Amino acid sequence: MGLISFLKEKFSKKKTEDTDSYTEGMAKSRQNFSNKLNSLSKKYKKVNQEYFEELEEILIESDVGVKLTLRIIDEVLEESKKKKISDAEEINEIVIDHMFEGYMEKGDSLTEVRFVNDGPTVLLVVGVNGVGKTTTIAKLAKRYLDKGKSVLLVAADTFRAGATEQLQIWADRLGIELVKGEYNSDPSSVAYDGMAKAKKDNIDLVIVDVSGRLQTKQYLMDELAKLNRVIAKVIPEAPHETFLIIDATTGQNGVVQAKAFAEVTKLTGVVITKMDGTSKGGIILAIRDELGVPVRFIGLGEKMDDLKEFDLESYIYGLCVEK
Amino acid sequence: MAFENLTEKLSRIFKKLRGQARLTESNMDDMLKEIRIALLEADVNYKVVKEFIANIKEKAIGQDVLTKLNPSQMITKIVHDELEELLGGGENEIQYQNNRPTVILLVGLQGSGKTTSAGKLAYLMKNKLHKKVLLAAGDVYRPAAIDQLKQIADSIDVPVFSKGTNVSPVQIAIEAKKEAFNEHYDVLIIDTAGRIAIDEALMNELSEIKKEVSPDEILLLVDAMSGQDAVNVANAFNDLLALTGVIMSKLDGDARGGAALSIRHMTGVPIKFSGIGEKVSDLDIFHADRMADRILGMGDVMTLVEKAQEEIDEKEARRQANKMMSGKFDLDDMLSQMKQVQKMGSLGGLLKLMPGMPKITPEQQAYAEKEMKNFEIIINSMTFEERHNPEIFQYSRKIRVAKGSGKQVSDVNRVLKKYESMKEMMKKMEQYKKSGKLPPGMGGLGGFGGF
Repeated sequence: MGLISFLKEKFSKKKTEDTDSYTEGMAKSRQNFSNKLNSLSKKYKKVNQEYFEELEEILIESDVGVKLTLRIIDEVLEESKKKKISDAEEINEIVIDHMFEGYMEKGDSLTEVRFVNDGPTVLLVVGVNGVGKTTTIAKLAKRYLDKGKSVLLVAADTFRAGATEQLQIWADRLGIELVKGEYNSDPSSVAYDGMAKAKKDNIDLVIVDVSGRLQTKQYLMDELAKLNRVIAKVIPEAPHETFLIIDATTGQNGVVQAKAFAEVTKLTGVVITKMDGTSKGGIILAIRDELGVPVRFIGLGEKMDDLKEFDLESYIYGLCVEK
Repeated sequence: MAFENLTEKLSRIFKKLRGQARLTESNMDDMLKEIRIALLEADVNYKVVKEFIANIKEKAIGQDVLTKLNPSQMITKIVHDELEELLGGGENEIQYQNNRPTVILLVGLQGSGKTTSAGKLAYLMKNKLHKKVLLAAGDVYRPAAIDQLKQIADSIDVPVFSKGTNVSPVQIAIEAKKEAFNEHYDVLIIDTAGRIAIDEALMNELSEIKKEVSPDEILLLVDAMSGQDAVNVANAFNDLLALTGVIMSKLDGDARGGAALSIRHMTGVPIKFSGIGEKVSDLDIFHADRMADRILGMGDVMTLVEKAQEEIDEKEARRQANKMMSGKFDLDDMLSQMKQVQKMGSLGGLLKLMPGMPKITPEQQAYAEKEMKNFEIIINSMTFEERHNPEIFQYSRKIRVAKGSGKQVSDVNRVLKKYESMKEMMKKMEQYKKSGKLPPGMGGLGGFGGF
């Protein structure tokens, strides 16, 4: 049984609140992807050269990337030949299988932050400018506050104008503390203060906001490496988690970003933001394919509770199943 | 580098096709495939790529290969010219009004860089064009957006018109325009709120602002990293607001910025500016030829040259040149030369701009940059006399400097060795000067080589 039939059956029996968030948040993406795929199978009852050309277009327009797209198409071609399938609708299901099988095979599928048994758990949040990093930090903080954890925020983004202020507003709204430094001060010293405070106050989760940096800037990447060292000095083994925030509208540069960050810091997860836009989000497949890093959370709306644990099945269901 | 240079790919394909004098359908196929992949990897929209490739094919088939070019160079040239033509064109300069403020409205999705670009535009107009600029803080939704604009504005000494977050953006725009007229500003730049995607509320607000203040320019911010969806976003904004231009932001990353091509092709809206760095001075007028190089992954020589010209302190350079020519050259001079180079940005960034330099790995780049820093630390640990008379260095002095700078004696030796070799180069230069010729590779940036 193909993935789609499996999921249809599964979710027809049991839908969770999260499944609804996915189907709702991904409505626009679904229009882009699933509707196109469906009209493709209606247009071509039997597959042929043109079918595959149009399929290629759909995949590439979903930001899946050229390399992965060509591979998926090769795999689908081979399987359809082997099994002698030419019905377009059936082939569509095989396409979905091959898109997501890769994701499932490439390493673990963690979501929630892994807390250490003893002392503060440190979560470093990195990403380029404008992806929604600060907002995501606020949403993560709320998530774990709701779970009864104590949370401390550290504003190590001392570079972007207004960054600390933005985080302060969120900290005030959430009623938690924020460790900050002067505008343009050394981020490492802010991080140091934050770690010391977390240790003293016996905080469960410290979230460190790191300056949105373009991965091509060597000095910024060096600074990030230094930040890691300073944090580990106060809390050995920390940071325990490092999340890369990626805007769902990001194109193939998302892969380049993830690779660059993975070189200087141990990337343990990706958080996808703005998935509720018209975005295609195919970049998560490309990143997983190249680096094997799991998507931990996904932003499905602007409300505080719209940051959801990433669930591949709900994701595929939200992306592919007709309403 | 993430992508093999397209030029290299093409020449590899053409190695097997040497000696063919004409571009034919069959010998072009492989190359067109590579060009297609390069464009798609640069996030150019699929449909645009398709049309583009068809165009190239039509233009190229049957063309005689110019005698001096091999076929791969020939096709690269055709592609490049076509890209440049597509990217450029249109009215891509701001039209300033003579007797009243020019009103500019900035629009775009969340995180596309509106607020930062508002500051950069203000800086560019104030400092390069000597305009009197007023910024209006119209993003009342995002936490701290107004603070961000104020911080940037303060740093460049431009006033911000703000009514806090309790007044509607439309009202703010109207009042800001009044203020700009009354106080005789040359330019008013209105920052607006972004949304996660095109939604009705945002669009209504923007069209109302447009109706109320009738801006002279409506510029859309587009993130250079955007994927295939960029073109839909641009279309939606353009349909509603009739955009007058696009600003590409975040081109200082390594995103190839294919969205620029897609948007230009699909909407016809000209690209007017590009954001090329984090500093407020890092906004540049859009150059179609350079963008064409970038999308193809071919380096950007012109930007390098201009950057070097702008950043190098002319006076300091002349002082040094005179000193070099007189044959006097000490460690202080070496250090200030190194600093001049650093001013132009990271060495890696510079090298990336140069074609034919892809062989330098990021590790090597980082090493070179670290080495420069070490040199500075070591030289700063020397006494005045030592810096001006490096010949007096003996072992005991080296040990002291090594200790003072927290380095090894071998590091100090490396500095001195570098100094010797640069001095040697200066000497040669002097000889060449006497003979009236410059040694190869010593023009312009001479002396910086070797780092």
